[in-house]
Amino acid sequence: MVPVGWYMALAAALFLIGALGMLLRRNALVMFMCIELMLNAVNLTLISAGRAMNDLNGQVAVFFILVVAAAEVVVGLAIIVAIFRRRATASVDELSELRG
Amino acid sequence: MVETALFVVAALAALGGAVTVVLARNPVYSAVGLLGTLFSVAVLYVVQLAHLVAAVQVIVYAGAVMTLFLFVIMLIGVDKEEKRVEPLPRQRLWVGGLAGVVILFAAGVALFGDFVWVPAAATAVDQNATNGTIQAVAEPLFTDWVLAFEATALLLTIAAAGAVVLAQFKRKRA
Amino acid sequence: MADLLWLLIALPLAGALFLHFFGRYVRDPLSGWLASAAIGGAFVIAAIAAVPFLQGGAEPLTIPLWEWMPAIGASFELLWDPLAALMALVVTGVGTLIHVFAIGYMHGDERFHRFFTNLNLFAASMLTLVLAGNYAMLFLGWELVGLCSYLLIGFWYTRTTAAAAAKKAFIVNRIGDFGFMIGLMLVFAVFGTLSFAGVFERAGEELTGGMATAIGLLLLVGAAGKSAQIPLYVWLPDAMEGPTPVSALIHAATMVTAGVYVIARSAPIYEFTPLASTVVATVGALTAIWAASIALAQRDIKKVLAYSTISQLGFMFLAVGARAYVAGVFHLMTHAFFKALLFLGAGSVIHAMSDEQDMHRMGGLRRKMPVTATTMAVGALALAGIPPLAGFWSKDEILAADFARGGWFYFLWIVGLITALLTAFYIARLWVLVFMGEPRWEEGHPHESPRVMTLPLIALAILSVVGGLVNTPFRLGLEHFLEPSFEGVHVQEAPTDWLTLAVLAGLSTLAALAGAGAGILAYNRPRERWRRFEESFDPLWGTWEQAYGVDDLYGRALVLPGRRLAEVTAFSVDSKVVDGAVNGVGRMVRSAGDWARPLQTGFVRNYGVLFLAGALVVVVWLVAGG
Repeated sequence: MVPVGWYMALAAALFLIGALGMLLRRNALVMFMCIELMLNAVNLTLISAGRAMNDLNGQVAVFFILVVAAAEVVVGLAIIVAIFRRRATASVDELSELRG
Repeated sequence: MVETALFVVAALAALGGAVTVVLARNPVYSAVGLLGTLFSVAVLYVVQLAHLVAAVQVIVYAGAVMTLFLFVIMLIGVDKEEKRVEPLPRQRLWVGGLAGVVILFAAGVALFGDFVWVPAAATAVDQNATNGTIQAVAEPLFTDWVLAFEATALLLTIAAAGAVVLAQFKRKRA
Repeated sequence: MADLLWLLIALPLAGALFLHFFGRYVRDPLSGWLASAAIGGAFVIAAIAAVPFLQGGAEPLTIPLWEWMPAIGASFELLWDPLAALMALVVTGVGTLIHVFAIGYMHGDERFHRFFTNLNLFAASMLTLVLAGNYAMLFLGWELVGLCSYLLIGFWYTRTTAAAAAKKAFIVNRIGDFGFMIGLMLVFAVFGTLSFAGVFERAGEELTGGMATAIGLLLLVGAAGKSAQIPLYVWLPDAMEGPTPVSALIHAATMVTAGVYVIARSAPIYEFTPLASTVVATVGALTAIWAASIALAQRDIKKVLAYSTISQLGFMFLAVGARAYVAGVFHLMTHAFFKALLFLGAGSVIHAMSDEQDMHRMGGLRRKMPVTATTMAVGALALAGIPPLAGFWSKDEILAADFARGGWFYFLWIVGLITALLTAFYIARLWVLVFMGEPRWEEGHPHESPRVMTLPLIALAILSVVGGLVNTPFRLGLEHFLEPSFEGVHVQEAPTDWLTLAVLAGLSTLAALAGAGAGILAYNRPRERWRRFEESFDPLWGTWEQAYGVDDLYGRALVLPGRRLAEVTAFSVDSKVVDGAVNGVGRMVRSAGDWARPLQTGFVRNYGVLFLAGALVVVVWLVAGG
């Protein structure tokens, strides 16, 4: 039996890597991928905790997150495509009109 | 025994994939890394008897979402490399600092606190309770959470329609 | 009849309201007649309601109208006693005559009906004052007459001098009112109520000598403001900017007498403070002689009469200060008759001379305006105190009562006597300069005024002749009439033995004749002769003509510092401090914004760092047992 703590620790590590990746990469698509990474880490956490609590609702929650993540990716990529058409760049640093 | 071995392998693969996502210069490499992580996580799901979720993960996430990613990468031609120099001043400093704080905190909590990962954990693991077969997952899905289910269906529809609108070509009037 | 007493105030008030809203739809003379009818009606009611007191034995009535501020004993209630009745009769009687006169005087003025609106409003206010049953209602009337005075002095508001005079009157009055209000507060503090019944019945028990003196002096401050005594008289000469009927009604016959009335009404309080009473009398006497000396040298006919009014009011204060309340009120009544007469006559002259008011440019008018000349002569004799006209009886009673009082009042009696001499002199001078001698004017053809103006003159002249007979030593009618009002109060009377009375009367008559004679002799000659006569008194004459430079003194000592203070406050404090603070707040907000703005770099990744940091804080808090 693998203690639930190991799963949670792994998920935390994945989440941290995803977060740092989001802050360090400039390419919009790579940033998006890091977001997916974070979502996966959360999913893993939910499954593991649900297993530890003998509750199936953890898996149900993950199911929903999966669906929503898919929808989110669709819309997000559409936005990136629309932006790229205008500016021919996928670097988020170029999108700084809202600076104060 | 088997579980532990599987866990270690899948964990290492997942971490490797994650690191690739972050560190690869070429976005296509990042995509492949993510793919790897997704598969590893699916394995971990199976180990934990979340069969339906694992299947959906592979089909939807690894299958559809990543494909979509790759399409877009190819479409807008950003398979170019990203430069190593960081244009934003002190960004890496901040990020590094944050990461350090997080790790220190985690280490401190794990080693010195009476930290429990899942406070509400049951004392004995009941294999059957969390056996994520289609039937088992479908039951709460269509009874307790049917409203959320319908809502997500709606959400998908809207997302699809929205994506079409956002990304359509604007034809110039002649 | 007592039920209808509220009409005394309501009738002129209704007149004022009606003329205010509908006056412009009413043709000119008609609005004047309406106003006169309103106040005339009030006179009739007052006369009928006063009959019980004439017959003797009637009790004063308190007529409650409605509640106002029960907590301080203030409600709209009327006190109808002989004193109030007398005041009401004077106000409405003389007032009606002046209203009628004004119909002729204001003929052709484009704001004709507005004038009568204000006159009626004044009448209502003055009646509120004299009929009040408590100090609060009295004060209400007090303030309202001040307002009407402002409106009427500044009636020709396009004239800057008139506007300034109105302002001055109001402000100086306000200073007096300040003292008055503190006095009222003390009354309330001592008695717990402001109603006359409540205060006067318990005056004996509740008042200490010190408190009574304080109240007495503070009421004097207010009275000095309203009745133009030293040092608050400076507004009255300026108030001559108003139309002459206003000067006659407000600044001779009625409003300025309010101060005398208040002191007389408060007799039960003054009963306990000989000191305050003496101060009242002294102020009155000093004012009398001060103003009389100024009147000697004035060239403007209305200014002479204005200072004369101040002087005669001083006599009234002398009387009530000597506790000779009946004498004071008696003189109030006779003065109303002959001073109104003199003012209206002056108005008649001014009207005929196309608004010329400088006596040096008049002369020889008695042939052109015989009625005016004759009636003004009667008024002059009355003012001078020549027997058997009204002024003699009232002035003499005052002087006799003073003499009887003794002590310090001997000195005041002498002052009064000298003032009587001066009074006779200046009024003789006025009459001679205007009506006798060769005309000193060139263009214009002065003619007698129309009947609507001369009839009131004749009426007032008759009153000036016979009015004094109500209270002669042979038959003290007024004193008996006023007895119920001064129950329980020690009233100073004139000596009763005939010898003393005869000597005193002889002395005052002598003074009057001497003064008048000197005046006639000095001025019934060619211009150069009396010019030299005047110059022979220089520099004294110049000082008198300049009214001792009091206005200038006030200007430098009070007005100028006040103005400087206002300038400093406006331009330094307000601009720099207040505006600076307000602008400073704005600047602070802006710089706070400038300081916070760099957070918005526009880079998503920077924002991401903030996100993560925030999430971290929350997690730490949750884990650490929050």
